[in-house]
Amino acid sequence: MTPLAAFTSAVVPLLADDVDTDQIIPARFLKTTDKAGLGDSLFADWRYDAAGAPRPGFVLNRPGMPGRQVLLAGDNFGAGSSREHAPWALTAFGFRAVLATSFADIFRANALKNGLLPVALDPAAHARVADLVEADPDAEVTVDLAAGTVTLPDGTAASFEIDPFSRAMLLEGTDELGYLLARADEVAAYEAAHPARVDTTAPA
Amino acid sequence: MASPSTLFAKLWDRHVVAETPGHPAVLYVDLHLVHEVTSPQAFAGLAARGLKVRRPDLTVATADHSTPTHDRALPVADELAAAQIRKLEKNCAEHGIPLHGMRSPHQGIVHVIGPELGLTQPGMTIVCGDSHTATHGALGALAFGIGTSEVEHVLATQTLLQRRPGTYEVRVEGRLGPGVAAKDVILALLARIGIGGGTGHVFEYTGPAIRALSMEQRMTICNMSIEGGARAGMVAPDDTTFEYVAGRPYAPKGAAWDRALADWRTLPSDEGAGYDRSVTIDAAALEPMVTYGTNPGMGLPITGRVPDPDHAADPARRQALRKALAYMDLRPGEPLLGHPVDVVFIGSCTNSRISDLRQAAAVLAGRTVDPRVRVLVVPGSQDVKRQAEAEGLAEVFRAAGAEWREAGCSMCIAMNGDQLAPGQYAVSTSNRNFEGRQGAGGRTFLASPLTAAASAVAGAVADARRLGETVGARWPRPGEGVG
Repeated sequence: MTPLAAFTSAVVPLLADDVDTDQIIPARFLKTTDKAGLGDSLFADWRYDAAGAPRPGFVLNRPGMPGRQVLLAGDNFGAGSSREHAPWALTAFGFRAVLATSFADIFRANALKNGLLPVALDPAAHARVADLVEADPDAEVTVDLAAGTVTLPDGTAASFEIDPFSRAMLLEGTDELGYLLARADEVAAYEAAHPARVDTTAPA
Repeated sequence: MASPSTLFAKLWDRHVVAETPGHPAVLYVDLHLVHEVTSPQAFAGLAARGLKVRRPDLTVATADHSTPTHDRALPVADELAAAQIRKLEKNCAEHGIPLHGMRSPHQGIVHVIGPELGLTQPGMTIVCGDSHTATHGALGALAFGIGTSEVEHVLATQTLLQRRPGTYEVRVEGRLGPGVAAKDVILALLARIGIGGGTGHVFEYTGPAIRALSMEQRMTICNMSIEGGARAGMVAPDDTTFEYVAGRPYAPKGAAWDRALADWRTLPSDEGAGYDRSVTIDAAALEPMVTYGTNPGMGLPITGRVPDPDHAADPARRQALRKALAYMDLRPGEPLLGHPVDVVFIGSCTNSRISDLRQAAAVLAGRTVDPRVRVLVVPGSQDVKRQAEAEGLAEVFRAAGAEWREAGCSMCIAMNGDQLAPGQYAVSTSNRNFEGRQGAGGRTFLASPLTAAASAVAGAVADARRLGETVGARWPRPGEGVG
């Protein structure tokens, strides 16, 4: 994973609460065995009609939206399933951060493992971003993980928190599997002290 | 004396392998369940690093999500689904993971076969790349859904990095009334706390109404914990649990059983143990529940009326309700009883076990489904299917005019070919009514197996407690006479 440096981008506003993973990436696209290639299916049922034509009213289909790296959503973004295809689709489209007031637990964990920043803003700061983007749809924000801030076009900054461990991983571009593999001795000691509860290869 | 501890805390503490200040805990996983949809990229990740599966003997796989539920002798028509199932077979063979695949006598929905085979046991940590893993918490396990990166972590190390969640007691007092099911309890909870209400927490369901439930009913409730935002839901193990587990193929036997039982009896939350949050529900006050909207928290008693968005105080809630009613094509103030339906789906990891099918069959026995309704009954596993056939339930379903299908997730996630057409309404015993969940443009009313079966007969949303009165009360739809 590449280290997550600060970046500046205009914002795609999708100001609905409880955007669930079935909207982010409908289940029929989960038949893939790859991680790549899901960007075109992001928000597929909101983005395209039954014939596959883009719905002009949907925000991702408006001119100037592709290429933007920040999605501004409402509360409880990513509710529902554990599908990691949701952050895969968002990052494939080009998003590097989602700003919301809260995230569903599994989505947040999945996002962090894919270099997609789940930025939880307090409601007042969230409302300020929404107002600024409404006033100027091309307004740019700067997301800085190291500083823990989103800087708005008016120069003010809203702070956000990512747990220090995930933050360090993202800033260094390392992943959790390496961390766990390095603890093999402790795992072996645990296994020696705790006999297996079942053997899936043979009925008791 | 140690301070009183919750069921969750006991399980968590037992499974911490290592904990560094400021870091998440390294948590040991006792059982890892794998299926075809969320595992291929994890196995590919192992291959890319040259890693093996650390404990294939603590791992078990099945094909359920993209797996067709038509005749198993037929090939899988969808080439992508077929390739995904082949990939699972190949990965399991390569790593020595037992697989209950398409032609196994124990194939089925991952959250049905775990408990059914006795793999799921009290006190375990259980994970799966599926958010409904909370189901297994009904047996007093700590079970939660994980993403594919985490599937890879568990395959490689049998551990996960996890932050300790908070605890949330969901106390259900009293007793359920006749015709009110476990599904109605969880839908009532979700209507009360909303779909984000449990975020960051693990539910523990307590109280006399929970104690009175069967294991399968407890599974229905724990299954939908994620619909309240909680990653896990648990019920303390008791004699109901032990009787359920005893004698199952992978359950301990003989002296090992005695040792296990003595341990399991120490698991329930101690008296005086505190929870971070709590909510109390009065079981006696519950009615059968049905959802009207586009998330599982948008539910109401079946005799209720669709809420008016204009009456919602919070602007975000108002907007969400307007959007949901527009999608569902429902009007504020209208009753759901009598609303015509096109499809009834009885199945899913929420409600596809033998007791669910018995409830549905009790309603359908001697009746026929409305000819305008397609009714799918999809058993949760091949074991459930055989038992239902032996008990004559399958014959009841067929005689009533329902389709009796092979085991799988089917129309709950609609990725195997079983799906709604745009605009269709379904009463479904599954767990999610998100837009398009059962097929693009499809509209879902979530309900219990009793409500689903009654609705199949009526051709409309119906109250199983008053089925005689409801038949014939189907509203006319445009272009059709009074039904």
